[in-house]
Amino acid sequence: MIRDVVMLDSGGTNLASVQFAFARLGVRAELSRDVERIRRASHVVLPGVGAAAPGMQRLRGSGLDQLIPTLTQPVLGVCLGMQLLFESSAEGDTDCLGILSGRLARFDETRCGRVPHMGWNRIDAIKSSPLLAGIDGDAHAYFVHSYAAPVTTATVANCDYGGAFAAVVSERNFHGAQFHPERSGVVGARLLANFLELE
Amino acid sequence: MLTRRIIPCLDVRDGQVVKGIRFRDHVVIGGIEELALRYRDDGADELVFYDITASPQGRSADPEWVRRVACHLDIPFCVAGGIRSVADAERILHAGADKISVNSPALERPELISELAQAFGVQCVVVGVDSQSVAGELRVHQYTGDPDRTQVVARETSAWVREAVERGAGEIVLNCMSSDGARNGYDIAQLATVRAACSVPLIASGGAGEAQHFADVFRVADVDGALAASVFHSGTLPIPQLKSFLRGQGIAIRP
Repeated sequence: MIRDVVMLDSGGTNLASVQFAFARLGVRAELSRDVERIRRASHVVLPGVGAAAPGMQRLRGSGLDQLIPTLTQPVLGVCLGMQLLFESSAEGDTDCLGILSGRLARFDETRCGRVPHMGWNRIDAIKSSPLLAGIDGDAHAYFVHSYAAPVTTATVANCDYGGAFAAVVSERNFHGAQFHPERSGVVGARLLANFLELE
Repeated sequence: MLTRRIIPCLDVRDGQVVKGIRFRDHVVIGGIEELALRYRDDGADELVFYDITASPQGRSADPEWVRRVACHLDIPFCVAGGIRSVADAERILHAGADKISVNSPALERPELISELAQAFGVQCVVVGVDSQSVAGELRVHQYTGDPDRTQVVARETSAWVREAVERGAGEIVLNCMSSDGARNGYDIAQLATVRAACSVPLIASGGAGEAQHFADVFRVADVDGALAASVFHSGTLPIPQLKSFLRGQGIAIRP
């Protein structure tokens, strides 16, 4: 399979890290905001860190908010990129892309202790998914976030931080990881490699 | 369950990792990428790179080596040293660092913390705090990178930590100066006091000498991560051995 990976230039500071992670897999991920270029890609990645409202603003500013829901190739949202796939976020009361149902809520300090949820936590598969191939029962990934997605029918792996939340999602051609695969060692690399195997 | 983090700290000088005693007599211990990958392979959960000459030379860490590390490393890392503005931080973060850490410049101008959080999100912003007891009160110290300039600041440590978090610090690294370098254990009492004042992740620094010190600081002071340098660099405590000891003690540690 020829992989032509395009990363949406949605701002944020982890663009380089995600690009490097694909490079470690031998795949060049090109940055683009060009609608035609993005449509031609075999795989599309939506990275992003930071807050939901400025993230959506950047997507709207370049018209990508209209494009993304119409994409038919595999799409992977990473961290904030995954969050933006949902309907809305309590962070700044932001309307998101609405591809997946559900609303992001802030972690509750009284239940979780510390917010942000920062560090390595275990991910538990709750459904079989090609995205999780080879990722075993005691796999840990690196998380940094203050808002979390609810466990829904789109959730394939969850994580526990004062309650379960969605760690990996997958519905039709839309996928996402709340953790940072680019910073999650072999587990993260495997998830990215699995994504590249999707057609 | 969220695991406790083991964080080697690498002091960088002229593009190499060095170690020194009390900020002096630095000896080169290896190349930056080489050591970063070695610690990654050993099971380090995160790395901190501290450019020790950046601040005294009035510059910030060099994005060039940050980019090289980001290229090869697949665990999170934080860069500290001479970051005084949003523009300085942006260069480091865009080169691929996950977080930046600020210390003395945040004391000079606390608004810097808010500006960084606004620009990049709280998850990128670490505030380093150097502290020890002065006449029975925990007090913040400034310019500790240079022994001739080090001074006590008119700020009580817990109060400063609270302010830093309110302004947008996503994580606090508390370096307990009186235990630093002594390898007699972390300053558990101080860390526990600051823990109570800190609603974001807290990382302990200063004093690690053996595996039990890590168990104590996690269990008693309830810190989220423990940072250490010499105990790892010297080879006295290999990380795989440390992690297996901590797991044996029932502490949540990444496999």
